[in-house]
Amino acid sequence: MTNANEPVNRRVNYLNARYGVRSWLLTTDHKRIAILYLIGVTFFFALGGLAAALIRLELLTPAGDVFQAEVYNKLFTTHGVLMVFFFMIPAIPGVLGNFLIPLMIGAKDVAFPRLNLLSWYLFAIGGLTAFWAVVHGGVDTGWTFYTPYSTVYSNGWVVVTAVGIFISGFSSILTGLNFLVTIHTMRAPGMTWMRMPLFCWGMYATGIIQILGTPVIAITLLLVAAERLFQLGIFNPAQGGDPVLFQHLFWFYSHPAVYIMILPAMAIISELVTAFSRKPIFGYKFIAGSSVAIAVLSFLVWGHHMFVSGQSVYAGLLFSILSFMVAIPSAIKVFNWTATLYKGSVSYQTPLLYALGFIGLFTFGGLTGLMLATLGLDIHVHDTYFIVAHFHYIMVGGTIMAYMGGLHFWWPKISGKLYPEMWSRVSAWVIFIGFNLTFFPQFIVGYLGMPRRYHQYPEEFQVLNVMSTAGASILGVGYVIPLVYFIWSMRYGKAAADNPWGATGLEWETPSPPPTDNFPDTPTVSGRPYDYRTGREEAIG
Amino acid sequence: MPFFPDEASSFAGNVDALYGFLIAVTAFFSILIGTLVVVFAIRYRRRSPDEVATEVHESAVLELVWTLIPLGLVLVMFVWGARVYFKITRPPANAIEIYVTGKQWMWKIQHTDGHREMNELHVPVGTPVRLTMASEDVIHSFYVPAFRFKRDVVPGRFSTAWFEAVRPGRYHLFCAEYCGTRHSNMIGWVYALKPADYQIWLSGGVPGESLASAGAKRFIEHACNTCHGDQAGARGPSLTGLFGRQIHLQSGLTLIADEAYIRESIVNPQAKLLAGYPPIMPTFQGLISEEGLLQLTAYIKSLSSAPAAGGAAQTGPALAPPITPERKSSKR
Repeated sequence: MTNANEPVNRRVNYLNARYGVRSWLLTTDHKRIAILYLIGVTFFFALGGLAAALIRLELLTPAGDVFQAEVYNKLFTTHGVLMVFFFMIPAIPGVLGNFLIPLMIGAKDVAFPRLNLLSWYLFAIGGLTAFWAVVHGGVDTGWTFYTPYSTVYSNGWVVVTAVGIFISGFSSILTGLNFLVTIHTMRAPGMTWMRMPLFCWGMYATGIIQILGTPVIAITLLLVAAERLFQLGIFNPAQGGDPVLFQHLFWFYSHPAVYIMILPAMAIISELVTAFSRKPIFGYKFIAGSSVAIAVLSFLVWGHHMFVSGQSVYAGLLFSILSFMVAIPSAIKVFNWTATLYKGSVSYQTPLLYALGFIGLFTFGGLTGLMLATLGLDIHVHDTYFIVAHFHYIMVGGTIMAYMGGLHFWWPKISGKLYPEMWSRVSAWVIFIGFNLTFFPQFIVGYLGMPRRYHQYPEEFQVLNVMSTAGASILGVGYVIPLVYFIWSMRYGKAAADNPWGATGLEWETPSPPPTDNFPDTPTVSGRPYDYRTGREEAIG
Repeated sequence: MPFFPDEASSFAGNVDALYGFLIAVTAFFSILIGTLVVVFAIRYRRRSPDEVATEVHESAVLELVWTLIPLGLVLVMFVWGARVYFKITRPPANAIEIYVTGKQWMWKIQHTDGHREMNELHVPVGTPVRLTMASEDVIHSFYVPAFRFKRDVVPGRFSTAWFEAVRPGRYHLFCAEYCGTRHSNMIGWVYALKPADYQIWLSGGVPGESLASAGAKRFIEHACNTCHGDQAGARGPSLTGLFGRQIHLQSGLTLIADEAYIRESIVNPQAKLLAGYPPIMPTFQGLISEEGLLQLTAYIKSLSSAPAAGGAAQTGPALAPPITPERKSSKR
């Protein structure tokens, strides 16, 4: 492997402890499972990204001239299904959550190591099933599977795709369960709840949603499959069903699912901001508490997806105000991250660049979300590119920025190697610029009235779409560069120190990469997290 | 290239004012956070590798401030948004009625006087227009960006919504809810005409029979009149004067007989049974097209005192013999 020509007395770590395919595919080591997830989610991210590239290619011109309408519809469905269910949801918990939670709380592994491996297999099987469905048969329902189109009218492989998502849903449930139990029961001596890194708090809140929300989407997709196969008349109005019932069930999971995607991202940002300001996080309890508040409130806002579907005016009012409420804990986080930089010792390493990019883009994306919670305004922008722009600011500008930042931050720990600093900064800037050029014009074209999921569009929308496509090309390059240098660094990168950033946290007290058992001796924790006061015991003020 | 859509309906200005407020809030906080992040990052940049940050104590007051200010702001947004929403959702009483059927992948429009259009809708400026919409297959969404008007058209029910055009012109009509292969072809134009031009448009073309009389034909075709005639001892309730009236149900509930009730009582008669009548009516689910249901609804509405303002011309008088006597009560 990577160290073939290095001295034989090299430290044994989780990467070189055992070799061979079996040692990876049958591993119960949370760190190796994290690597398996890394490979899996990168694969689906690449495929989903490819679909996005083809979508942007089609939208370069108003006419539907690159693909047929049917192909285009399958492309945006593929993009949505793969990105949401097989990248965004599993990415941070699967890769960084798995790798870091036991390390951060001073444990040898997660609570249920074999269940953890099963989670990965369910993810992989579910993902490949859905992938097979979208590529071989094609699905044209959009990732939202709205009835009765999905259950009666679509010709695509709806059932197979639903089965894929259903299977991987169990992966999500088991992962959430594993993390919850791990955090509850396996913290090192002295690691009280209020001493726990905020990353773990974020993953804990995520786990709650995964466990409570995912069964609902599983049931909903089963009902879709049942109606499609056996004409049951659950959602199909021709048989007395209610198509809007589907939307309630779908969004009861899929809105909280947005927080499955963003809470782990926020968790990463809390770690990055403190580490690169070399300063305790500002408002630890408020950030930790807001994660839990978001998890709880996220279950009460699903109806804001149905402001124009004919739900009652009063239901609309209720869901509107609750949606506003969920913005408050997010705002608290943003203010606390910003305050953490104040009087810090700020170092512009790549992970911080991503974190600062996250703060800006998430703030903007979140504020545009307020527009969607505003009843009178949502009616106009609902189902337009405004929505597309909004959720990409949260998902791409938020979650993926954070994921990239986290990957860079912990890469030395994961791989034992350093990535090339210059290239990583270049790619961070390329991603930031490409992202904004892609998605900012979509706000404008959305408010102008361009509906989403349009294969062709009126000519007056073209300039903005060309900008968007140009931005997407830049964004694509921005993602390819890290893919190349991460792989490159595994072989050629400089060996990383145990704590290259001078960061706090138990994961930095163990070697890079860590040994299979994480810590030679169980660590004990005696103080608050993010204690950067080294040599400054005399507190000021 | 436009950067802002036309403001062509009575509530477009309200929506845009709201949007302006939210843009201001968004810009303020984005710039505030962006500036603070950049200023802090530069001002407090690490100057030596072993530099340690100054300790800053947490402040409950600060936390409270940046919780309460956003809370106050979102409450303003909520109330303002709700007020606009109420305006958008409550149709004025003097609205003219237009009936819309969505199907993969076209919009079919029926005017009460019998004018039919396909993927085009002509409306007068300055008069509220109330749309009663049905879908023959999947969910569609009737969207006119220039009017800030959007409403999902859900199969199995009538969806109603209204707008009032205020500026003459030709505006995009889109289907906003993904509805299958040719979703992006389910588009058309809304023509907002000055009242005089609208009258010219109305007088042109060849209006078939009025919607109500088409409905009256169907009423006989489906033998509705055998039970719902006004003769004494009829097995079903008389429908004269039914629309808009408060009715008492077998279940003890009362409701106002609106379009949704009429539609449901045709396709699923047992759902809301009128007090005092046995559950003998068969279902017409799947037997009558959505357009037919709209026509029947228009007909039953015409049996109630006055036809909607703006005019349901009552042409074709003697189409439904058992019930014609009652139609004298309608104007003209």
